[in-house]
Amino acid sequence: MSKFKKKKEGGLPPISTASLPDIVFMLLFFFMVATVIKEDNLLIENKLPSADQIEKLDKKRPISYIYAGKPSSRFQDIYGTETRIQLNDKFARPSDIKAFIASERANLREDQLNKLIIALKVDVDANMGLIGDIKQELRKENALKINYTTRKGDAVSN
Amino acid sequence: MAKRSAPEVNAGSMADIAFLLLIFFLVTTDIATDSGLNRKLPPISDEVPPKIKNRNIFVLNVNRNNELLMTRAGEEKRVQLKDLRKEVVTFLDNGGGTGEDACKYCEGARNPDSSDNFSKAVVSLSNDRLTKYKTYISVQNEIIAAYNEIRNRVYKRLYPKSGLNYVETNNRYQDPQTNPDEKEKLKEKLEEVKKIVPQIFSEADTKKG
Repeated sequence: MSKFKKKKEGGLPPISTASLPDIVFMLLFFFMVATVIKEDNLLIENKLPSADQIEKLDKKRPISYIYAGKPSSRFQDIYGTETRIQLNDKFARPSDIKAFIASERANLREDQLNKLIIALKVDVDANMGLIGDIKQELRKENALKINYTTRKGDAVSN
Repeated sequence: MAKRSAPEVNAGSMADIAFLLLIFFLVTTDIATDSGLNRKLPPISDEVPPKIKNRNIFVLNVNRNNELLMTRAGEEKRVQLKDLRKEVVTFLDNGGGTGEDACKYCEGARNPDSSDNFSKAVVSLSNDRLTKYKTYISVQNEIIAAYNEIRNRVYKRLYPKSGLNYVETNNRYQDPQTNPDEKEKLKEKLEEVKKIVPQIFSEADTKKG
C-alpha cells in the first residue's frame, strides 16, 4: 500500500496567480504618481470647463481654493439646487470669503502674503452672478491674483 | 541528515494587501488639475478711470442666453464664439494710429476708426448675472488666445533665432526644472513682449439679471 495517492490525471492545472500582486502594485504606483491627496471633500458638483490657453499653477506659491457649483445630489434636499460656494469643507455665503481669506493669510509667511493665488474651481453650469459676487469680495480683500481652474481641452465646445 | 530548507513564505495574500493600498489611494486622491486661466482682478479705487477713445475699445457683451454682442469701430454685431478670436485679433492688430501713436508691429487694416496700437487697445467684457460660467470661460479663453497669437508673432519678430514663441517661452519660464540663469534671460524677453503688447482688459460689474 502506498502512502501517497497518485495524482489524478487529466483536468486543467490551476491558473497561477503569482503575478497578480505585481499587476496590482503596478496600478498602485500609477495612482500614487498620477494623483494628489484631495484638498477638500466636495459637497458640490464640480465639472470644470475646458480651455486651451492654460498656464500651470506654480506649486511653490500658496494657493487657496474656492469651489462653487450646485449641491451634489445627497445635499439637494437640504440645500436646494441653486449654485453655492464651498470654502474648506462647508457651504458658505459670499460674505464668508472675507474671513476665509484672512484665515488663509494667517497661515502664510510674511514674504508670501502678496503671492497668494485664489484658484476658482467652478462648475460649468454655475451662473456668473455668484462668480461676480466672489470676485467683488476678493477685490475688497485685495486678493487679486486669481486662476480660473480648467481642464485642458477645446474651449469653444464647452 | 540533509539540512532542511526553510519553508517558503506564502505570498498568496500579497495581492490582497496591494489591493487594499490601491483602494485607499483611489479613495483619498484626486487627479490633479493645477492649470487654468490666470487673471488679475483690478483693485478697488476711487480714482476716476482715464478717458479712452471709443475707437480703442472693443466692447463685448454676453447676455443671459449666452449670446455674444460685440461693438468695434462704432459698429455693433452679434458674433459666434468660434469667430471671436479672429475678431479680437483684427481689433488689436488694426494699428490705425498715426504720429506718436503709430504701431510698429501691427499688421492690420490700419482703419482710422479702430484701435491705434496695442498699448491703447482695450478689451472690455460685461456679462449678465445669468450668463453660464462655461460661456464666460470660453470667452476669456478666446480673448487670451487672441493676445497670445499677437504676442507669439511679435516674439518671433523680435527673437527669430530663439526658435520658440511667446507661449512656449512662458511655459519654459514657469517650468520649475528650468535653471535660474536661463529664467532670467527668458523673463527679460517676456517682459519686452509684454511691454509692446500689454493685456488691457476691463470687466464691468455684473449686470443685474
